[in-house]
Amino acid sequence: MNPLVANPPVATPFFFYLLSGIMIIGGILVITRKNAVHSAIALITALLAQAGLYLMLYAPFVAGVQIILYAGGIMVLFLFVIMLISIERTMKERQFNKQWLVGIAAAAALGGLFISVYAKGKSLFPEGHPLYPEAQNTQAIGALLFDSRTGMYMFAFEIASLLLLVAIIGAVVMAKKRI
Amino acid sequence: MDAMLHISTLHYLVLGAALFLLGVIGVLTRRNVVIVLMSIELILNAVNLNLVALSRYWQGMPARLGGGAQALHGQVFAIFVITDAAAEAAVGLGILIAFFRNKETVNVDEVNLLKW
Amino acid sequence: MLFLDHIYLIPLLPAFGAAMMFFFGRRVQKATVSAVCVGVVVLAFIMACGAVLQYTTWADANHHQPYQKILYTWLGTETGHFNFLTKDGSQAVFQADAGFLLDPLSSIWLLFVTGVGMLIHIYSIGYMGHEGGYYRFFGYLNLFMFAMLTLVLANNYVLMFVGWEGVGLCSYLLIGFYFHRKSASDAANKAFIVNRIGDAGFILGMFFIAWYFGSLRYTNVIAAARSGHFQIGDPIITAATLLLFVGACGKSAQLPLYVWLPDAMEGPTPVSALIHAATMVTAGVYMVARSNALFLLAPTSMKTVAIVGALTAIFAASIGLVQNDIKRVLAYSTVSQLGYMFLALGVGAFAAGVFHVFTHSFFKALLFLGAGAVIHSMSGEQDMRNMGDLAHRIPITYRTMLVATLAIAGIPPFAGFFSKDEILWQAWTREGTAYHILWFIGYATALMTAFYMFRLIYLTFFGKPRMSHEVEHHIHECPHSMAVPLLILAVCSLSAGWLSWPPSLGGSARFEKFLDPVFAPEAQVLQEEGKAAQLAAGEREAEHTSPSEYLLMFLSVAAAGVGWFMARRSYENADKGFTEPIQAISPPVYNTLLNKYYVDEAYDYAFTGRRKIGDVRLGVMGLGEASSWFDANVVDGAVNAAGWITRLTATISKWWDTWIIDGVGVNGPAILARMLSYPARLFEWGLVQWYALVMTAGLVGFVFYYVYH
Repeated sequence: MNPLVANPPVATPFFFYLLSGIMIIGGILVITRKNAVHSAIALITALLAQAGLYLMLYAPFVAGVQIILYAGGIMVLFLFVIMLISIERTMKERQFNKQWLVGIAAAAALGGLFISVYAKGKSLFPEGHPLYPEAQNTQAIGALLFDSRTGMYMFAFEIASLLLLVAIIGAVVMAKKRI
Repeated sequence: MDAMLHISTLHYLVLGAALFLLGVIGVLTRRNVVIVLMSIELILNAVNLNLVALSRYWQGMPARLGGGAQALHGQVFAIFVITDAAAEAAVGLGILIAFFRNKETVNVDEVNLLKW
Repeated sequence: MLFLDHIYLIPLLPAFGAAMMFFFGRRVQKATVSAVCVGVVVLAFIMACGAVLQYTTWADANHHQPYQKILYTWLGTETGHFNFLTKDGSQAVFQADAGFLLDPLSSIWLLFVTGVGMLIHIYSIGYMGHEGGYYRFFGYLNLFMFAMLTLVLANNYVLMFVGWEGVGLCSYLLIGFYFHRKSASDAANKAFIVNRIGDAGFILGMFFIAWYFGSLRYTNVIAAARSGHFQIGDPIITAATLLLFVGACGKSAQLPLYVWLPDAMEGPTPVSALIHAATMVTAGVYMVARSNALFLLAPTSMKTVAIVGALTAIFAASIGLVQNDIKRVLAYSTVSQLGYMFLALGVGAFAAGVFHVFTHSFFKALLFLGAGAVIHSMSGEQDMRNMGDLAHRIPITYRTMLVATLAIAGIPPFAGFFSKDEILWQAWTREGTAYHILWFIGYATALMTAFYMFRLIYLTFFGKPRMSHEVEHHIHECPHSMAVPLLILAVCSLSAGWLSWPPSLGGSARFEKFLDPVFAPEAQVLQEEGKAAQLAAGEREAEHTSPSEYLLMFLSVAAAGVGWFMARRSYENADKGFTEPIQAISPPVYNTLLNKYYVDEAYDYAFTGRRKIGDVRLGVMGLGEASSWFDANVVDGAVNAAGWITRLTATISKWWDTWIIDGVGVNGPAILARMLSYPARLFEWGLVQWYALVMTAGLVGFVFYYVYH
């Protein structure tokens, strides 16, 4: 076993299937609920479960970002917007559009293709992962993003900050009363 | 049974594909723009799950192939995707508010001013 | 020479009255209307008397020339724009003057037209006093006076024609005075239309004269005719005179155009008296007498005039025998007497004809006015079968009408005796058996005249009263304004004949001597030409004073007496349901006469087309139907065919346009583009989720490709 791994994971399949179940059910609830608030709550649940899966994949930093940004930021934004617009009328209307059958068919076709792909490529993914200490994970990501020597994503990071600035300005402009 | 109990990268990929399909179905069939946006978040998260899972898989590769403890590119990509998703949600919801103000509706099939 | 110099005022005075009535008549009182309209006619009469008096003095000093007063050139110019070629190829100026001519002939017409017209105007004040349209009536009467005086005083045929048409118009207006009555408006139309036929003849005659003589002025034409350049019996002069006589037939109600005159009695009685008895209907006589120089050059025309006149005389008189409407009897009497006049003209006795016109105007006007008075007193009743025993109820009317009847019947010494006897005598003395036949016709007419006139007197004034009690209760003598003209006319009827007391009875025939300047030159011309037959009246007296004249005189008086006696025996005691003697003798003859020989019906069959022969319609309406058929079937058929062809072309063109031009040419590319657009627009549906679906499909495609390629 890898000496770097201090605490090997326990009961991995159980947690995987639990979190996977939560995620699948949450996803299904997101796309089927009439009430957008319910959808949002289901989505938060699914995202939190995904954060758990990130932890299981030894990616604690991404899991943290997932919780903070998604569950704490984006979903709050969603809920605010849901409260700003009136959802009562929308709830009484048709929930699915006219092309729903075609859409499901297309998704099913895509799903069928995925299944065939995975059935074909099962052997591409042999097992036996090396395990690294979790403490080094955040550090390594920081080095990739910020380190002047190894940080190959510095420029992309700066671009992303600019993207966020553009998004802030765009959102403010779009949500203004008069455009 | 063994394949079921022994969680491999492929499991994560299958889960990501399932979430992706759920998101696609939501995007293609729901009329409520808010839920469409949430479905897009689902799709992005499915992709993130794939990225993180493949990043984990890549760490197990030999160092000469770029693997190892430092092979965290997938996770960095996931962070970028989350950033993107935040920006997208902010702008998308802003557009939604402007649209709602104009047409008093959030149904995406009523956004048809460009319809031939 | 005050009156003679201003002779144009004589017609213009009534014209002024008519204009006043036209502009202001509606607004002024009846008294004003009477004052203006009667006043202008009285003034005209005074001026006419003065003018004639001055003319006699003037004529003595001027070789009995006609007096001419030319005011200006009314039609045509001196510039030569209206020049025309006469028959002999020379240029002639077409010119018609507004000119007036006074000679003995027009003097006589002038005097009795204004005189009788004045009396009838006065009479109308009383007769029309209670009628509506008072100013209209007097306005028309004044207009008529203007036209008639223009006709009489004109110095050329064109101006005469103006007056001729003017009197025709006034006749039309006055016959249709009660225009709300269908019969009156029909009668007015009939008079107008029948007169058109005559007027056409007159116009053509004028054209012939202008073409042949180069002028339409009387003095020029007569001078040319008397110059001796023309042969007697010249065909063109014969044609011209015959055409003029057609005009005279229309205006003076001769066969076959007499039909309008009896119907013209629909007008008010003064109108019948003035226009349809005394003045207008003698216009034809005036025109023929005026053209005597031409007629004498055309013996055929003369004979035609004589025959038509004689036939008209007996024809109308025979109808008059059985008519029951008092005015219709007088109307047929008028036609008959006009026939006499034309007989006189036709046999060359122009002076006698004119003299008969003169006397006839008095007693016929008197008869009509008397009849008007009777109708007035009988509350509008005109049927003599419903009269009777009026002699002592309306004595003035009775006595004056009796005078007129004696005059028309030819009892001496009343006026009609002299004029009628003169005509018969002149007819008899013409050489040739035909003229004896004409004399006999005239003689028989005289007998009939006496019979129907005394029939009128006995039926109206004697016998048993046959009117209803209500009418009987209302009988009253006429007012003074009506009685005075009756009395004056009665005096004239008695004494007018004395103007031409024949030499055979110790007189001097002053009337005929007065007319000598107009008619005598013909006799001289004829003698120079060696045609013994044509002799003027004045020259003839000396030659024919013979026992036969006294015999004829006695015979005509005897005829009058016999007529009187027969009428007295038949009608003296006429009661309700009395029998007509002619009906008793021969009902078919009676019915034929009562229905006026069915001439109106025959005209309806032959000319107007109001009646059909079987299924065939002749005449004007037949022509109308034929042209209507032609129009509906041939012309409209052609039009419809053209329309049908156009429509067919249009249909084809439309089909071509719709299917080929629009369909293939215009819509074809559009449809093609549209069909091409269906797949194309699937990519640009405009709905965001459709784009997402397309994206998904693309994703499926890519994945499929990478997996299975």
